[in-house]
Amino acid sequence: MAGDLDEVCAEIITLLEPFNKTGVEIKPETDLAADLEMDSVAAMNLVMEVEDKYDIDIPINLLSDVTCPRDLAQLVEKQLNR
Amino acid sequence: MDILDKYASIAERHAALVTHGADPFGVCMEDIRSPTEAVIDGKPVILFGTNNYLGLTFDPDCIDAAIDALKHYGTGTTGSRIANGTYRAHRDLEEAFAEFMDRRFGMIFPTGYQANLGAIAAVAGPKDMIFLDADSHSSIYDGCRLAGSKLVRFRHNDPDDLDRRLARNREEPGGKVVVIESLYSMLGDVAPLERFVEVTKRHGATMILDEAHSFGVYGKKGQGIAHELGLNDEVDFIAGTYSKSLGAVGGFVVSSHPGFETLRFTCRQYMFTASSLPSSLASVRCALHKVAEGDHLRRSLWQNAKDLHDRLCGLGFQICAPASPIIAVKLPDDASAVAMWNGLLDNGIYVNLAIPPGTPDDTYLLRCSVSAALTSEQVETILATFEAVGRHTGVIGERAASGASSELASI
Repeated sequence: MAGDLDEVCAEIITLLEPFNKTGVEIKPETDLAADLEMDSVAAMNLVMEVEDKYDIDIPINLLSDVTCPRDLAQLVEKQLNR
Repeated sequence: MDILDKYASIAERHAALVTHGADPFGVCMEDIRSPTEAVIDGKPVILFGTNNYLGLTFDPDCIDAAIDALKHYGTGTTGSRIANGTYRAHRDLEEAFAEFMDRRFGMIFPTGYQANLGAIAAVAGPKDMIFLDADSHSSIYDGCRLAGSKLVRFRHNDPDDLDRRLARNREEPGGKVVVIESLYSMLGDVAPLERFVEVTKRHGATMILDEAHSFGVYGKKGQGIAHELGLNDEVDFIAGTYSKSLGAVGGFVVSSHPGFETLRFTCRQYMFTASSLPSSLASVRCALHKVAEGDHLRRSLWQNAKDLHDRLCGLGFQICAPASPIIAVKLPDDASAVAMWNGLLDNGIYVNLAIPPGTPDDTYLLRCSVSAALTSEQVETILATFEAVGRHTGVIGERAASGASSELASI
């Protein structure tokens, strides 16, 4: 079910809402740590939701380069297209 | 910009935390008087959060054994296991652990943390995949990172989720390693080990089981949960620690894997650190006998655990799991957890405060651990203080005609 990047990004933003403690509007470039105050565990929990949604695994050692929903969407795309 | 500026938000959070009282992460035990009593800030406290499950830290035989070893072998080994740091006592203790755990081989480490790092990083490599429980201890996460393997996290205590993830990665090259704990240190919940073993075996994966908190407490002779469930032969590697039931500092890994001895030349956490102190080896060797013959200790521990668990529940506290030596009291938020923790300490009860991200699911916990050495008087004092502080802080409701909160020293 490979979708295009924008679609995946929009889906991730929806999945992110329950983690949004600050109430700011989440955009593709919103910084998960700085803007949403997500800690490392919350970020890994978000990834689990994304994994379930797309029936993929995203190894957590790939997450060090993820700072915003768009980065995560790119990882999802990569896993979907493997 | 300063090099440590990246920690500014953590420093701020800590500064805010300590405005409410003592520093929960900087408690100093000024004196230790017994396995259950210490002096903190000049005042005597009952220890209800020190993982000292069997209360062996002051066992006279263990102390004598340590003193004899200290006098005989000296204060340190001044070397690593692969150089000059292997004494007869290291080999003997490894054999003792292997025998006690019904395994062919054993390796010991200077700390339990290193035992987990070593077990995981040596068994799994960069071309393998590790599947780890989401609520794993930091030593497991760190070991996984050191292994350099692809890391897939599965939902806590959910063998079906592990099954799905192993299935999704069936075609991936390399070995598959599953890492779980048997008794989880934060919530005190127990893994469904039988199902995990079934899933792991079915996918041809290797299991590493951390029995840090269950060793000494579960099983006929205290060998842990795998033994208790008759699954010992199914689990490939078991890691454990001396720093809970054995009342010392160090860790072990046991296995019957025929290639185990190779780990002595591939496990960096074993190879490149100074070896364990002879005095520690001696006290642990003695403590291992005490654990094996410790039915009376386990009876006291479980009696205290069930009593405290049930009566804390009865008072209206929310406990995260069924009775076990770990009693995690769940608080609604940061403020109530910190107030409750400070109130307990001010009134002579020490427990661990655990807050996110160190806890699962954003929970705020008073992490209590039970000791066989707690007397019935201490149990009553703990319960009375929990009730009084709980009511004073509003964590549990008021009880009509209760004079409890008037007994508080200060909050």
